[in-house]
Amino acid sequence: MSIPERILTIGICALATMLTRFAPFLLFSEKRKTPAYVEYLGEALPGAIFAMLVVYCLRSLPLLSGNHGLPELLAVGCTVAIHLWKRSTLLSIGFGTAAYMILIRLL
Amino acid sequence: MKEIRKKALLAALPRTVPVLTGFLFLGLAYGVYMQSMGFSFLYPLCMSIAIFGGSLEFVTVSLLMSRFAPLQTLLMALMIQARHFFYGLAMLDKYKGTGKKKAYLIYGLCDETFSLNCSAEPPEDVDRGWYYFFVTLLDQSYWVTGATLGGILGSLLPLNTEGLDFVLTAMFVVIFLEHWLKAEKHITHLLGAGVSVLCLLLFGADSFLIPTMLGIHLLLTAFRGRIERRRAE
Repeated sequence: MSIPERILTIGICALATMLTRFAPFLLFSEKRKTPAYVEYLGEALPGAIFAMLVVYCLRSLPLLSGNHGLPELLAVGCTVAIHLWKRSTLLSIGFGTAAYMILIRLL
Repeated sequence: MKEIRKKALLAALPRTVPVLTGFLFLGLAYGVYMQSMGFSFLYPLCMSIAIFGGSLEFVTVSLLMSRFAPLQTLLMALMIQARHFFYGLAMLDKYKGTGKKKAYLIYGLCDETFSLNCSAEPPEDVDRGWYYFFVTLLDQSYWVTGATLGGILGSLLPLNTEGLDFVLTAMFVVIFLEHWLKAEKHITHLLGAGVSVLCLLLFGADSFLIPTMLGIHLLLTAFRGRIERRRAE
């Protein structure tokens, strides 16, 4: 990616973020109620999108070759286990990442 | 005027301390990660100011590493950030009458600032507008500081950062898991996971995002009645 393309990519991300943050203040007020479909998407979309992002992070997993994505799968398991145990976001991310960094050096 | 601002700053500061630790840690990881991918500290500095949304900033790094794809970037960014739209809806009333500060309050409405400003009221003798303003400003300054420091330190320290990019995966696994644990019904989580894996198999790692996002929207819209009934049960 060239430098202008990089700047454009970052610009698009900034623009999209600001669209999502400013839109409700521009579109709605206490007088103009939010459409039911929009409210429904607000409830239903996040779970689906977070699932997509997990898949996105693991999109290049070499399941059928090399180490079969074992470090990634074990590290994800480790992250989930620590999170279920302690329910602390920072701890889970920290230990999960550390586990992965160790695993790729061992496996 | 000066008194009002000082009072608001002093009221906001202690309440943002939990965000301070979180943002410094994650910001540092983000800065070091960008540096390890070959980006100067100017990237995390500019991105943490311009985008100011942690998860999207992490994803932007992988977007910057792949082929230039403006449409996919736009859709991806809109989907990841869509939740901010609903933060805005919740803050319509609270941010009313905050004057010129309002534009900055909206611009800086990230997850953590939203949860602080939405959940807790400022003390009674403190100006609401300035209190919200300082919570927003402090939170953003923690994030920008962490990200920039990470970008600088990453290049100074002789760290072997191979595998640090897993921080992105770990973050989304935790966000997803937390969302799963708090939800009563998991139909939308499963639907999202199913569509993503199916599209990944069909379209491949480089081009599965757009069909996935379209698929998720289509299915959520098509099964709206059923999903809403399930939720109501």
